Amino acid sequence: MSPDFLNVIEVILNGLMAGIMYSLVALGFVLIFKASGIFNYAQGVMALFAALTLVGFQTGQVPFAHLINATFGTDVHHWGSGMNTFLAILCTMAVMILFAWLLERIVLRHMVNQAPIILFMTTIGLAYFMEGFGDLMWGADIKNMDVGLPSGGSFWLEDVTKGWASEGSEYYGMYIDVLDVWAAGIAILLVISLTLFSQYTKTGRALRAVADDHQAAMTVGISLRSIWIIVWSIAGFVALVAGIMWGSKSGVQFSLSLIALKALPVLILGGFTSIPGAIIGGLIIGIGEKLFEYSLGGMIGGATENWFAYVLALAFLMFRPQGLFGEKIIERV
Amino acid sequence: MKLKTLTAAVVAAGLLVTSVPALADLNFPMLSYRTGAYGANGAQFADGYADYFTLLNERDGGIGGVKAVTPECETGYKTDKGVECYESTKGDGALVYQPLSTGITYQLIPKVTQDNIPMHTMGYGRTSAANGKVFSNVFNYPANYWDAASVIVKHLSDVEKGDLKGKKITLVYHNSAYGKEPIRTLEELSKKHGFELKLLPVDHPGQEQKSQWLQIRRERPDFVIMYGWGVMNQVAIKEAANIRFPMENFVGVWWSGSENDVIPAGEGANGYKAVTFHGVGADYPIFKDIAKHVKDAGKAAGDGSNIGKVLYNRGMYAALLAAEAAATAQKMHDTKDITSAQMRDGMENLKIDEARMTELGLPGFGPEINVTCENHGGPGLAAIQQWDAKAEQWKLITEFVESDREIIDALIAEDSAAYAKENKIEDQDCSKG
Amino acid sequence: MLYREAGDFKTSYAADQQTFPLKLDRWFVWGVLAFAFLVVPFFINDYWEKSVLLPFLVWSMAALGLNILTGYCGQLSLGTGGFMAVGAYASYKLMVAFPELNMFVVVITSGLITAMVGIGFGLPSLRIKGFYLAVATLAAQFFLVWLFNKVPWFYNYSASGQISAPERTVFGVAVTGAAAPSWATYLFCLVLVVVFAYVARNLTRGRLGRSWMAIRDMDIAAEIIGVSPLKAKLSAFAISSFYIGMSGAMLFAVYLGSAEPTEAFGIDKSFLVLFMVIVGGLGSILGSFLGAAFLILFPVLMKNIMVGGFGWPADLAAHLELVFIGGLIMLFLVVEPHGLAQFWRITKEKLRLWPFPH
Repeated sequence: MSPDFLNVIEVILNGLMAGIMYSLVALGFVLIFKASGIFNYAQGVMALFAALTLVGFQTGQVPFAHLINATFGTDVHHWGSGMNTFLAILCTMAVMILFAWLLERIVLRHMVNQAPIILFMTTIGLAYFMEGFGDLMWGADIKNMDVGLPSGGSFWLEDVTKGWASEGSEYYGMYIDVLDVWAAGIAILLVISLTLFSQYTKTGRALRAVADDHQAAMTVGISLRSIWIIVWSIAGFVALVAGIMWGSKSGVQFSLSLIALKALPVLILGGFTSIPGAIIGGLIIGIGEKLFEYSLGGMIGGATENWFAYVLALAFLMFRPQGLFGEKIIERV
Repeated sequence: MKLKTLTAAVVAAGLLVTSVPALADLNFPMLSYRTGAYGANGAQFADGYADYFTLLNERDGGIGGVKAVTPECETGYKTDKGVECYESTKGDGALVYQPLSTGITYQLIPKVTQDNIPMHTMGYGRTSAANGKVFSNVFNYPANYWDAASVIVKHLSDVEKGDLKGKKITLVYHNSAYGKEPIRTLEELSKKHGFELKLLPVDHPGQEQKSQWLQIRRERPDFVIMYGWGVMNQVAIKEAANIRFPMENFVGVWWSGSENDVIPAGEGANGYKAVTFHGVGADYPIFKDIAKHVKDAGKAAGDGSNIGKVLYNRGMYAALLAAEAAATAQKMHDTKDITSAQMRDGMENLKIDEARMTELGLPGFGPEINVTCENHGGPGLAAIQQWDAKAEQWKLITEFVESDREIIDALIAEDSAAYAKENKIEDQDCSKG
Repeated sequence: MLYREAGDFKTSYAADQQTFPLKLDRWFVWGVLAFAFLVVPFFINDYWEKSVLLPFLVWSMAALGLNILTGYCGQLSLGTGGFMAVGAYASYKLMVAFPELNMFVVVITSGLITAMVGIGFGLPSLRIKGFYLAVATLAAQFFLVWLFNKVPWFYNYSASGQISAPERTVFGVAVTGAAAPSWATYLFCLVLVVVFAYVARNLTRGRLGRSWMAIRDMDIAAEIIGVSPLKAKLSAFAISSFYIGMSGAMLFAVYLGSAEPTEAFGIDKSFLVLFMVIVGGLGSILGSFLGAAFLILFPVLMKNIMVGGFGWPADLAAHLELVFIGGLIMLFLVVEPHGLAQFWRITKEKLRLWPFPH
């Protein structure tokens, strides 16, 4: 095989992996949109907040340390050497559930029946709020995310593929980041468990009922409020997973919240209401943007990925205005 | 209706409340950023800047007996906020501006010139501002972007025993005004040294750089130079470690060389290099004073955790240079309450030698500085620092060396002449001395 | 009592169809305009100009534009930043190529150029709707910004890709560049905003505006009764982009003085304008101004109070500011989801009944 061909395969593989990373973020959007019709712009900031909280628990930071010190003149920083990762994840989940509960109580409850754009706006307000709140709680410095996931290029793949190139050509073997493989595995696990949850549990069925028709669901006795709390908690969990994955790549810092922008094209391509759509959409966007950058990006100056993802999604939309897996839009007068 | 009048009154009052420092104070406004995508970096710089002035106030009673104040204005690295901050602080007798953003710098250059307030853009901003004849109110000593590029290439040349012919060098840069700065210089240098230059832009914010690093892995350049800022740095260093690019061949500009950038990559970042124009670490006598007078006294700007970090040191150095210039201005004009115009003169005649640095508690921290009317760019000396992941600290591995003046001076002259022509600026008369 | 609609009789159609049919409204508007034109220019200083009035005017213009598209025609757009960049770069190229040109001409021509681009990016709206369209307009946002950053022709091959506005004049008075007097830049923007707000107000009352609203309220029904979605949507995109392009030109040339695309016209600017439109009130000209005022003045206010007033540590103040802004936006939407314009309507109602509310 010629090295060029192998390179294309490598690009596709890495595109797949990047796509799954985007899907992880897009999943959270889909969950909330399905259940409540809210386009949750704050999903990225939720990922940041969850990651900050996780690292805070792991390292044993005192929340609001600087605020406390500034107000009371004390000097507190840490309350011990921190927890182990598993316990920290559980505690973070508890925080995210508390957050979902508070959000429903204070905000969402009053927003029933508002226009989608107003709800969208509310989540932008929420994004501001959480950004400031997260910084206030845990400090704005860049933190290290270490939950014991391996990372770095895979030696095994490199060694195996080295010999594939035709004789005499210069080829260094194929590259893939082990962290990405883990992320892919976790994403698959997540999707399977989400599917099982919504198919085979009572709550899951209630979730689907709400997604289908709010009013019908309420008439059969499903509490919309508790469903919303559950959905936002699950979205919080998905945000935590995304935060861990992206945080392992870049450290936990504000920019983590900007991954939401990478998830948007995935979302429109897959359709706002489809969980498999989020995964497939992610894969298409990942491969598309990486291949475009590899083949044509160099010719037109590079750094094309940001806009190409959107153009690709736009192209798909021209043929299917509701996204690949979105529910068909039926319009009546 | 009452409520409305009340609100209106509060609004009007709020807009009018600009901090009111006593007029006798020396005012060094800080256009800082502690939030947003670059907040983690901005906060460290701002802490250093504020803490140094606090130290002067607490230990020496200010500069020449006059207290210094540092009103802070959050810009969030946004240019429009930068303009607002500038306008809201300049009326209080601001002496010098340090926006810590290339974008804001460009915005403010015509404004500060108009208002006759000096601006100091240390290691960033518009490089050709080093030509003091054209840019009368802008200073970028001790070194600028192009010096950095040149010193990096010089270092790489030393590594290759003086011969870069046929080597491949890739520039990974932040796709913005800042990141594009070194391109011209590197192109000139590649002509001179005969290396092959390849450009790889990374768009803001830069969390996904797989394409770029796969390309680097395929093409195996001998060296990679990086001009990044914010999350782009962390991801790039991590990706470089992942593809097992030899870290000692990976050199960043000084904005890509702080603890923030390397720590997330852990052990993998070991050996990563960056260029710098000041010393690193907390092994200088001045930090004892900062601990005593600032941190332990509860007067630190942040929570005190940043002291001794690279960007903190840089902020402190910026404050030190500003304070020294203010002292120079006080001496020159024989007055304690200097104006911004006098501050400008002070900056233009700033001289700091090694003896003075030792006196200030920072022996060997930075090169000697000798600003003149023609040269606002300082000596252009820079050193290379290397990251030791085990010890978690940077170490200087070279002396402060000079950049390639021949190429850079020509580029500065060319670019500043173009600016002067475009804006119809006449050269400042430098003969008076 | 205070606000009366009754007793305001008209004797001709022209009087009945004027822009502000109520005497009280008319007086109020004339009063505000007189204050803005005759009083403010004598008291304006650099701080009020650069921190409050210019940004308010520039963003009002952008909010007007987006309100036409989103508020009146119902097409959600997140490409505002990109369209503003088109206006800014068009004005830059015009200013450099024709130094003698009157700045009014430059700004309006930039608006027209942006309108062309807007039509191009508006085409998908014929097929895509709602949030899908919003995200599709992001394609415009990212692509345009990338383009201006990448093609050196747009920034005249300068080393760093920054564009800087040279000094240009209107009738001999400089309105761009650092030396432009505050009153001149202020009046320049004010004239543009007032004129085009008037145009927008009348557009939305006319046939075109009604066709937009028909499309917004239910596009299929509108189509059935004979409103052409093609014409309505594309004209909304064109006119909205025209306004946004002008605001981009003003932002760059008059207010900021220099710009680079990635930062000055980033995605957060698109969100900011959308914010203004929603907070101000969708489908309301007054709302565009109220929204812009709220979002420009409020952070300035917060900053002054937090740092100047309480003397908190700077980092805490910066973070608390975000918390407050976010919290207030949510509170605001919970209390009054129809925006500030709705507040105004309620106030009018109260004034109408006062002092006998029951």
